Amino acid sequence: MFDIKDLYQEIIVDHNRNPRNFGIINDADKVIEGFNPLCGDKLKLYLKTEGKNIADISFDGSGCAISVASASLMTDAMKGKSINDAELLFNNFHELITNENGVDEKSLGKLAVLAGVKDYPARVKCATLCWHTLHSAITGNKETVSTE
Amino acid sequence: MNKKNNTAEIQNQTNGFDVEKIRKDFPILHQEINGKPLVYLDNAATTQKPKSVIDSIEKYYRGYNSNIHRGVHTLSENATEAYESARVKVKDFINANSTKEIVFVRGATEAINLVAQSFGRNTLSSEDEIIITELEHHANIVPWQLLSQQTGAKLKYVPINDDGELIESEYKKILNEKTRIVAVGHISNALGTINPIENMINLAHEYGAKVLIDGAQATSHTSVDVKNLNCDFYVFSGHKLFGPTGIGVLYGKEDLLEKMPPYQGGGDMIKMVTMKETQYNELPHKFEAGTPNISGVIGLGAAIDYVNKIGLENIENHEQQLLDYANQMASEITELKFVGTAKNKTSILSFTLDGIHPHDVGTILNNDGIAIRTGHHCAMPVMEYFQIPATSRASFSFYNTHAEVDVLIEGINKCSKVFN
Repeated sequence: MFDIKDLYQEIIVDHNRNPRNFGIINDADKVIEGFNPLCGDKLKLYLKTEGKNIADISFDGSGCAISVASASLMTDAMKGKSINDAELLFNNFHELITNENGVDEKSLGKLAVLAGVKDYPARVKCATLCWHTLHSAITGNKETVSTE
Repeated sequence: MNKKNNTAEIQNQTNGFDVEKIRKDFPILHQEINGKPLVYLDNAATTQKPKSVIDSIEKYYRGYNSNIHRGVHTLSENATEAYESARVKVKDFINANSTKEIVFVRGATEAINLVAQSFGRNTLSSEDEIIITELEHHANIVPWQLLSQQTGAKLKYVPINDDGELIESEYKKILNEKTRIVAVGHISNALGTINPIENMINLAHEYGAKVLIDGAQATSHTSVDVKNLNCDFYVFSGHKLFGPTGIGVLYGKEDLLEKMPPYQGGGDMIKMVTMKETQYNELPHKFEAGTPNISGVIGLGAAIDYVNKIGLENIENHEQQLLDYANQMASEITELKFVGTAKNKTSILSFTLDGIHPHDVGTILNNDGIAIRTGHHCAMPVMEYFQIPATSRASFSFYNTHAEVDVLIEGINKCSKVFN
């Protein structure tokens, strides 16, 4: 049996209640939508790049605590990162919440609080929606990202 | 807490209806989920199966598995007899005139598609109109959207009010001589609203329109009399009536079914096939191409026997008590908002919690063994009306108890604790 507090840790509850980087970036050079049809989570990601770096990033939309906290934590972690580092982090995060054997959580910083999601397979898509959306924004895919 | 449970026990045994005894008929209910006793409150999605249904299917596969309507050997005769006697049970269950009016299909969804394509596509043109409602399950929306695209017929929606009830005066306004089909759910799967179908059918008939009733959510809660309703089509699924998945029923008035062309071609739906042409079989076999879901039909027959044994009146009584109790307990939770407060409704409690997404509610409740549905319930237009992405939905059946309502309420209170 899993303790529900392992999933809904304080940081997650806090980022859900007060999401960071929530809102529009008016001069964003990329805006891309993500959609999870299973639960109706919808988010829009705003990305402003300078050269090969992420100068600014924000999101808005609605969703469950896991998806909102994940987007809040992700945007926090991405500010000032290079596109290459962003892609590396994308892969590491994916490992974190899908790999049974665990990963080096140190390299993920605060993002590691989402590790509990791997015990709830139905919720993995909630945590990864923003990440897939960012991945699409970086790789230039213009269509709405769907987790289905 | 103890006092509450004592009251619950008394309530569970009124009118000779012994819920604890009934629960023994359902093997699945006696297990633990995440270390807690399972509290199954997702009955609007699918119902659990009594032992008699499970046994009937096993008996068929162990004892007389065989194809129907063709073999001269004993097994085939027994299988045919079981299959066709289930059709009689269905006919009696909904009070149809004849077994010719009972077509076995995969489920309510297939039945609606069958009517849309076989009846609608052959009779509608761009001059015509179809009326459905904002309350419908996607299964009673998409087939009509497809038909509208294929024929050019206009699709109109009856709107709903803040209680989640159809606005009858608006229905009267959009109904006219161009209306050819009215398709409406008997009971809303998302909110539990019981629609005024008798009145809607009568009004539609005044304009010569045919009426399809989607009974997927109704047959497990209330008795259905198609003759009395005078609907033209009535559809339902076996799995929501304590029967197996993959089996459902299309009821259609005989004269309508007679005129409709086959939906699918294949074996069993023919009288004679030559290289040039085919003579179709008689009703209802004209609509049952290929080897059907024989075990499913037998299981559905057993489910109907079981429901008849318990009695729909007892079922309705108990479920209404559960709903009243759940409403009363839930109304004490300040963060909880009811979604769907119709005067006439079945045992569905759809709600949102301030600041907590339904998906999180579902996960927290599941951690305590409570199974509810969270999401849009395949009724996105309903969610659109209430401007919410999703609700949490607890749906009760006659095997649920007042004590389980207590566990649910405790679970909902826990959600607030996790987030505050």
